Amino acid sequence: MSITQLVGIFLAAILTENYVLCKFFGICPFLGVSKKLDTALGMSGAVTFVMVLSTAATWPVYTYILVPNQLEYLQTLVFILIIAGLVQLVEIILKKYMPSLYNALGIYLPLITTNCAVLGVTMLVLDKGAENPEFGYIASLVNAFGAGIGFLVAMVMFAGVRERLEAADIPESLKGLPITLVSASLVACSFLGFNGIVDRLLS
Amino acid sequence: MTHILIAVLIVIIIGITAGLVLSAASVIFAVPVDKKAVQIQELLPGANCGACGFSGCSGYAAALSKGEAKLGLCSVGGQAVVDSIAPILGTEGTEVTPKTAYVRCSGNNESTSKIAQYQGIRSCAAAKQLHGGMGKCTYGCIGFGDCAAVCEYDAISIQNGLAVVNSDKCRACGSCVKVCPQGIIDVQSKKTHAVVKCSNCDKGAYTKKICKAGCIGCMKCMKVCEHGAIKIENNLSRIDYDKCQGCMKCVEVCPQHIIQPFN
Repeated sequence: MSITQLVGIFLAAILTENYVLCKFFGICPFLGVSKKLDTALGMSGAVTFVMVLSTAATWPVYTYILVPNQLEYLQTLVFILIIAGLVQLVEIILKKYMPSLYNALGIYLPLITTNCAVLGVTMLVLDKGAENPEFGYIASLVNAFGAGIGFLVAMVMFAGVRERLEAADIPESLKGLPITLVSASLVACSFLGFNGIVDRLLS
Repeated sequence: MTHILIAVLIVIIIGITAGLVLSAASVIFAVPVDKKAVQIQELLPGANCGACGFSGCSGYAAALSKGEAKLGLCSVGGQAVVDSIAPILGTEGTEVTPKTAYVRCSGNNESTSKIAQYQGIRSCAAAKQLHGGMGKCTYGCIGFGDCAAVCEYDAISIQNGLAVVNSDKCRACGSCVKVCPQGIIDVQSKKTHAVVKCSNCDKGAYTKKICKAGCIGCMKCMKVCEHGAIKIENNLSRIDYDKCQGCMKCVEVCPQHIIQPFN
């Protein structure tokens, strides 16, 4: 795979295939942790980290263990097992060697364990690989990284939107979660505008 | 049948491998836990108020166990906590003088009045931003009870438009001191004899107009004090608690009755 193609995959994962705003994965942390900018950054950092790491682990397991044994249907189960174990491992290692980062990521690491965005990324890169044989291990990792950065972009943008909402004069009946969901849908709509932009950009 | 067996086997193997790796990692990468600090933290009240000057109870516990902090900084826990922690550290317990917060204002609804009607957010911090509150006295208690709301021990109540601290309930955590936009709440040792319950720095004649319970800077207290503990700064009487001997003459002489015995 050429560098251009990889850049294309990376940008597409951020803009056109944004996992939160276009595929609607990980809505729970998107709404839950986007109240403040610093927590949004912390959460996205941890998500990106775990996405890349779990793709790095699940891709070989799927390709070299599950596929040869015709066990593709165990994908979900095995992946959750691996992701959960991996996050725990990362937590233990971080605690030992990078306590500052451990304290910064804090509660977000265990939260990510069962995050559907992470599971979604690991499974969707496999679908892409099935459609296009060229979409190999490296491309999957790049896609996972892009997905994480896309998560970050969505979170940071939405944190900004929500900070504006704090000061806005909102009708009583829409206060709280309703207006948050409405604004989330508007942000998602705006992301539709990126459709096709990446292909044109690189062609 | 073999299909199922293989599937079961593979998942079991992956599960066991993950389990083994994790348990191995938890042994290899084990972080030594400061047992003393954990013990101490359990004994601390867990208010995480920061009155000790450390980042919450865990920070104080860690500093205590390393010997970097003194005993008795926890005003919420008081003597009982000192006595229970001292044996763990192997040191003598120190005597803790209990502290309490008090409001340096006596301007209730009868003594002073409002200059404007306020219909905004019912919070002192919000009212303060609007020309320094709606009271005639810009130094005194605003009376929306930001302090009462933040108090975890239910020690502050708003009585007749003035925040009043119940010193029996107060644990001197200092949360109210931080939240008060007027900065008129202070924490002092319960052994303090007399305090000035006013914060007004306006000139005496003006103060007299706006509040019946305001310090007018008449200097009677300063003159009567034999220990040189009272000074008038910015038209406001201040007591130096280190010098004060508790003769209470200032309390008797104060024409505005705002120097009051503590407690």
